[in-house]
Amino acid sequence: MSQASNKVFANGWMAAVYLFLYLPIITLVVFSFNDSKLVTVWSHASTRWYSALMQDSDLLSAVFLSLKIAFLSALMSVFFGTFTAFALNRYTRFRGRTLLSSMSTTPLVMPDVIVGLSLLLMLVSLQHWLGYPQRGLFTILLGHALLGTAYAAVVVTSRLKEMDGKLDEAAMDLGAKPLQVFTLVTFPLLIPALVSAFLLTFTLSFDDVVLSSFLSGPGYNTMPMVIFSRARLGLNPTINAVATVTITVVTIAVIASSFYTSHIERKRKREMAFAYSDANN
Amino acid sequence: MTKLARFSQSLTSGKLIVIGVPMAWFLLLVAIPLLIIMKISLSEMEATSVSKMISWTNGLPTLKLNFSNYQFIFSDALYVKTYISSIKYALITTLICLGIGYPFAYFMARAPKHIQPTLLMLIMLPFWTSFLLRIYAWKTLLVSNGVINNLLMSLHVINAPLDMMNNSFSLTIGMVYSYLPFMILPLYANLSKLDLRYLEAAADLGTSPFKAFWLITVPLSKAGIIAGSMLVFIPAVGEYVIPELLGGPSTLMIGRVLWDEFFSNNDWPMAAAVAVVMIALILVPMAILNRAEAKLEEA
Amino acid sequence: MATAPKPQTDSKATTKEVLLRVEGVTKIYDGTVKAVDDVSLTVNKGEIFGLLGGSGCGKSTLLRMMAGFEKPTKGKIFLDNQDITDLPSYQRPINMMFQSYALFPHLSVWENVAFGLKRDNMPKDEIAKRVEAMLTLAQLNKYAQRKPHQLSGGQQQRVALARSLAKRPKLLLLDEPLGALDKKLRETTQLELVNIIEEVGVTCVLVTHDQEEAMTMASRIAVMSEGYFLQVGEPDVIYETPNSRQVADFIGNVNMFEGEVVVDEPDHIIVKCDECTHYVGHGFTGNKGMAVGVALRPEKIMLSKERPTGEYNWAEGVVTEIVYFGDHTTYHLKTTNGHVIKAQEINNTRDLSCGLTWGDHAYMHWNDLAMIVLTH
Repeated sequence: MSQASNKVFANGWMAAVYLFLYLPIITLVVFSFNDSKLVTVWSHASTRWYSALMQDSDLLSAVFLSLKIAFLSALMSVFFGTFTAFALNRYTRFRGRTLLSSMSTTPLVMPDVIVGLSLLLMLVSLQHWLGYPQRGLFTILLGHALLGTAYAAVVVTSRLKEMDGKLDEAAMDLGAKPLQVFTLVTFPLLIPALVSAFLLTFTLSFDDVVLSSFLSGPGYNTMPMVIFSRARLGLNPTINAVATVTITVVTIAVIASSFYTSHIERKRKREMAFAYSDANN
Repeated sequence: MTKLARFSQSLTSGKLIVIGVPMAWFLLLVAIPLLIIMKISLSEMEATSVSKMISWTNGLPTLKLNFSNYQFIFSDALYVKTYISSIKYALITTLICLGIGYPFAYFMARAPKHIQPTLLMLIMLPFWTSFLLRIYAWKTLLVSNGVINNLLMSLHVINAPLDMMNNSFSLTIGMVYSYLPFMILPLYANLSKLDLRYLEAAADLGTSPFKAFWLITVPLSKAGIIAGSMLVFIPAVGEYVIPELLGGPSTLMIGRVLWDEFFSNNDWPMAAAVAVVMIALILVPMAILNRAEAKLEEA
Repeated sequence: MATAPKPQTDSKATTKEVLLRVEGVTKIYDGTVKAVDDVSLTVNKGEIFGLLGGSGCGKSTLLRMMAGFEKPTKGKIFLDNQDITDLPSYQRPINMMFQSYALFPHLSVWENVAFGLKRDNMPKDEIAKRVEAMLTLAQLNKYAQRKPHQLSGGQQQRVALARSLAKRPKLLLLDEPLGALDKKLRETTQLELVNIIEEVGVTCVLVTHDQEEAMTMASRIAVMSEGYFLQVGEPDVIYETPNSRQVADFIGNVNMFEGEVVVDEPDHIIVKCDECTHYVGHGFTGNKGMAVGVALRPEKIMLSKERPTGEYNWAEGVVTEIVYFGDHTTYHLKTTNGHVIKAQEINNTRDLSCGLTWGDHAYMHWNDLAMIVLTH
């Protein structure tokens, strides 16, 4: 094969994969503006399903519940995930390190149904003993925070690994006590990683249906739970409308944040180049 | 240093807190639940609650282990068939993801450096948008009066709608679609780090590009292949949402059996036993994954 | 004497005030790996003490124990006669200039320099005064508000120095201070660094793998290998009077001749080797018949085409290699028994003065105080 045909093949392959990944999303968006009640048959453009969505109180209250849970569980995930990342990266030798590291990766790969079932059985036993907690918002929160902690730990770990361990030592050398080392040096440098860990775990929570179904109690239906129960019954144009809103918000957020980080990176490179040319003059 | 001194020192340096907090968190939410699930799988359902494993008779504890759930799973042909079918679908999904994802990750790693972040973001973007909604979208595409059939019929490519929904085809498409990024990301991370001078050295020593690919690129990306495959295979075995929405009643997946035992039959011990057998099935792949990830970290 | 060289006592230590005393310090990792092996040393007030050695020789571990990042497995460290062995790094009046600087990337130059002062709860106006003074000292005033990545390598190095000096530490630790700079910048930076250190009058321990850096900056050097000191002394002593084959070989270039003492007189000895016979113009502690090594540095060998007249201190060989360095040229000569001897000639004219070329037969000669007799 020649160089040029290689290139055509590579580009074709990549285009096909991207088409595969985006075709369903594009369809969702396009048919959310379809006037017909039949989701898959195009009649003409309209926004009637968006109006229907605005009147769908079940779905709207589910959206608010989901946002609430996502926000709180993301906070918890970042908190515990940071602890986990520190324990595993700053202390390389302690008893139980292997246990901690394998427990922290378990939620990442273990099928959701097992995580959900085992958590629920644990919470039911706990309730049996202590009379607490009732199944509801708090139990869903715990489940999402567990999943989120595992992901947040990965994000924070990769940042901790990049960070120069010498910075901590430099701070200590200059008289900073261990807690000051964290608040004055480590934490400020971790902030970007904490923000992306927050966004990731927020999204995971906002997306979860299996854990919520196991852990929820009566009256606590998250957005994915409502969508899932409707989708099981058949196709429903309001789902397209919800999907379009979600996708738009997420896409704008992701693109904006990636533009922002690449802008910062470019600025940094310019300044570095300038510093060197400046010093040589 | 005495033990006490060392203990008090670690307390002041915060080591105990930094390790203790996540340890307690994961013990409570991962280790203990897994132990409880094993315990409950050995009990049976009584009227409203699970039977007690230890009962007190005349002031003496009696241990009552009930293996009937496991006996039932292994004697019932449908359970065994379902486990095998789950593994089959997970395996097919993994192989297709590898077949599509490896060339993709390879081409992405060879793309001009400045567009790679954009290519990567485009892989991540669907991952950030709801998984459930994307599976739902496939339903609108694949049903008999769905978007694809309508399009093909209006173009007169076909006369009758193709049967693409509620069968193994739709299930496989949904699984490959959902898990593909999990294959691509570790492979890309691995391949983008590959030193191109190895390939130049191979070419310099008279190896054709095709041979160099098999002799150098593939062996050096072994850890990425294993990690990606396991990241797809393990959760795919227990997948519930995709078979429920796309698989129809005929496709057998163990995640659905577990769900039904729990939510429809209310048989918690049986659901727990189904889960324990599933954990046993994925323990080996999980160990392989851990080793591959340790290797990836070393590199 | 095949045992390890005994720790050298320094003559100056008795006349000058001792600042740092390291007593029998050992560091063992994982219960087996001995990084530092029973090291003792004293550093006097005002001196720059160099720890020189290859990677993995234990010099960095020793430095980190002085800074308080590692605890010795055995032994004690004293600063101003106070035992600081168990003091955490943040309580030691010792500061370190880190390898590749470890400047806080999220803080400006000003904030980096003020970091240590703020930890001491110094009044604000005093911090400002001190930081200004440090920035002036390091000629950094106009960069005060810049972030580290907006500075060149040389500027970053000066920030690191200003930061580590701001707290007026009793002891300054320098970990490969010039390692991150390119060769050209090194020479000027090295001079600046020594000037600032002398101006402040701070005592320093310098860790480096670069012998030139150690030679030019340090007032005394400890040569380290496999966790212990091979030799401690002034740079010229280490270079001209190495106490072992290992030190002679590690510092600079050296030609080693193995031979046997055939004449042992109080004022001279004669060593018979394969290639030549050495007449050494001083006595030695040993006896007749002893096997010794004779170390001879290449720059102390003169080349000529005529056969020297004397009986001792010359050898003959064929030029096999000529390596041109610009300021000097090194000739490799192969003797009849296959031994290659290096001789270095200064290029003091613009044509190659010796007139020797590949394959030429030439004679090497040296005077009777040019070599060192080594017994281990």
